[in-house]
Amino acid sequence: MNIAKFTVSALAMAAAASAADARDQVQIAGSSTVLPYATIVAEAFGENFEFPTPVVEGGGSGAGRKKLCEGVGENTIDIANSSSRIKQSDIDLCAQNGVNEIMEVRIGYDGIVFASDVNGAEFAFTPADWYNALAAEVVKDGALVANPNKTWADVNSALPAQDILAFIPGTKHGTREVFDVKVLEAGCKASGAEDALVAAKGEEDGKKACLALRTDGVSVDIDGDYTETLARLEANRNAIGVFGLSFYQNNTDKLRVATMDGVVPSTESIASGDYPISRPLYFYVKKAHLGVIPGLQEYIDFFVSDDMAGPDGPLAAYGLVSDPELAATQAAVAAGTPMGPLE
Amino acid sequence: MTDATVSIPRPARQGSSLFKPDGRVKRRNSAETRFRAYGMTAIVIALMALVWLLYSIFSAGLPAFRQTFVTMPVMLDPAVLDKNGNRDPAELVKVTTVGYSKVLDASFVAAVEAAGIDTGGLTPKDIAGLLSEESAATLRGRVLADPALIGQTIEFTALAGGRIDGYYKGRVTMGSATLDSNVKPEQLMLADALRERGILTQSFNMGFLTMPDASDKRPEAAGLGVAIVGSFYMMIVVLVLSLPIGVAASIYLEEFAPKNRLTDIIEVNIANLAAVPSIVYGILGLAVFINIGGLPQSAPIVGGLVLTLMTLPRIIIPTRAALNAVPPSIRDAALGVGASKLQSVFHHVLPLAMPGILTGMIIGLAQALGETAPLLLIGMVAFVRDFPDALPGGLFDPAAALPVQVYNWTQRGDPGFVERASGAIIVLLAFLLIMNAVAIYLRRKFERRW
Repeated sequence: MNIAKFTVSALAMAAAASAADARDQVQIAGSSTVLPYATIVAEAFGENFEFPTPVVEGGGSGAGRKKLCEGVGENTIDIANSSSRIKQSDIDLCAQNGVNEIMEVRIGYDGIVFASDVNGAEFAFTPADWYNALAAEVVKDGALVANPNKTWADVNSALPAQDILAFIPGTKHGTREVFDVKVLEAGCKASGAEDALVAAKGEEDGKKACLALRTDGVSVDIDGDYTETLARLEANRNAIGVFGLSFYQNNTDKLRVATMDGVVPSTESIASGDYPISRPLYFYVKKAHLGVIPGLQEYIDFFVSDDMAGPDGPLAAYGLVSDPELAATQAAVAAGTPMGPLE
Repeated sequence: MTDATVSIPRPARQGSSLFKPDGRVKRRNSAETRFRAYGMTAIVIALMALVWLLYSIFSAGLPAFRQTFVTMPVMLDPAVLDKNGNRDPAELVKVTTVGYSKVLDASFVAAVEAAGIDTGGLTPKDIAGLLSEESAATLRGRVLADPALIGQTIEFTALAGGRIDGYYKGRVTMGSATLDSNVKPEQLMLADALRERGILTQSFNMGFLTMPDASDKRPEAAGLGVAIVGSFYMMIVVLVLSLPIGVAASIYLEEFAPKNRLTDIIEVNIANLAAVPSIVYGILGLAVFINIGGLPQSAPIVGGLVLTLMTLPRIIIPTRAALNAVPPSIRDAALGVGASKLQSVFHHVLPLAMPGILTGMIIGLAQALGETAPLLLIGMVAFVRDFPDALPGGLFDPAAALPVQVYNWTQRGDPGFVERASGAIIVLLAFLLIMNAVAIYLRRKFERRW
């Protein structure tokens, strides 16, 4: 019966250790777009502060916010990274589980770029080009028709006569939301399709139809990461992929970036607002954990400091577009201002 | 019976001879030849797939075991590192890696100048760009451990940056560098010049096995240290829990349990559980151990418990088979000389079944080691840089695991992580190979046949 004794004592030891062990590192989860930035800050934080390195998990914006709202306590996370703004449903879930005060911290902006194989042709797009290339229904000679365009030259005679094939983020990605709003909806308006669709289907359905993509295989949803998009692009050199700016900046030897409305995407052109397709990145802090989890306040202060999130900091070097209103964020973080209701 | 007398007309065997195969024999022979050909083809296809897999893993992953280093004298300037000159540890920790990278960069630029290399118009910032950002942290750690070094000039080996390292592994070329926003061709030429003078060298990358994960900006510093420790801790939990539970359950079911409907149901369920997709155990682990049990996220204890649940049926099945393979005569003989049922099992049956049990155990552990899916849900796929504490407290500290580290690295943006991910697969394969080899050795050495 030695085995049984051994097991019992091992379990007892484990239980004793768990009772004595309080969590001493910050735990973070959420958006895979924010993940690289969070790991860069966590790494520098662990090196330079007396606190342990925070543990950063990916998993997606929605999953991270849901985890944040699971409740208050050591076995719940402290910070949720998010590439889109928190939703009322998340706030309700939080309130239901006793997470009443959440701090919203905007860390900067992320650009979304269109890139093709580095040895391929140059592209200069407008949102209307993308709408006309990918939408299910487009306006042709004043009438609404099923998308007949085969090559980019059919869409816009200034573009190369290359077959249309686009790898766009799948619907579970935060990036897709931005693509829908800033590219497809904008293109729908600009190409005049919105008016035609609204006229044909009514206000609500017409606007929804702007987001309907053609289903003949030229628009491919990628549910994986940008690494998957890149691999698909390398296998199919005629295609055009949608990437985050930071991913592009780390793979400039493989990708050729396209301009949008004549603007080359860069941290500068996104910060100035010239490049149209960008989105804010956030993290959400559970206020009840401030002062309980050691290093949490220091970590968020460090994250938004000029050394990290500033225009010359390592995050900007990796591709984050620095927030022009960073000083206000720093003040809010230092004061611990919780977020108000969503407007 | 009249039927018996009816003669059945037989086909006339005209000219049949053992030496001259007729049509039927030919057909049978050719059927056999065809079957052999199918078998050979199947094996050749399987082998080709294996060779292709190993080739792609090894060709991508072996470079991870070599790394580019820069060795140079570093003057630890007290004006930067200890402004007040009192070597007070509380003040020394206030100097961040930014301060240390200044010291390191200045020393590196000085070393390049001292070597008399024409830098071709590179700014000091570009020159310093050859070094990994990890180096400043390494230097800081060394100085904080021994503040007496401040003011001295020490010999320091720094990691070279990921792009420079990639240049010597063929990932970066002069052509790609002209397009790359992270490296300039002039920097590669400087690296070549430093290499000629022996300042920049390549050697075995011990850090790949000992260092923790690193952020996306430092692929050159990313290592498997935390993942190996995390996997090791989980395997200890699995071993400690599943060996006694699994063996006890098997012995009871095989030797003591009455054969009735209840034990039949249990038996069917165990066989079923062995086939349940492993992600299901992850969902269970999240609900039971983390949400109800209150155990911490990302901790090896939770990973170990989940993997134990997953491994148990896979251990019980071979253990029962091993017990079953012990001939009943052994039990009968033991009972015949007056041993109790318990004595006959523990003194005679169990020792004889031990080789089979061990083999099943090790193969179960090897499966658990390579398992990723259940760990996704319990927070093991995380960026963890601090090593967990020693056992047993370390079981509750965050850690990574080998297979999830592979998964993690394949999602990173920097191309340097492709090599790291394949390198991690090689390490994982090596561990699996060792475990399976031990299992085969034990089986061969202790196996008894009746």
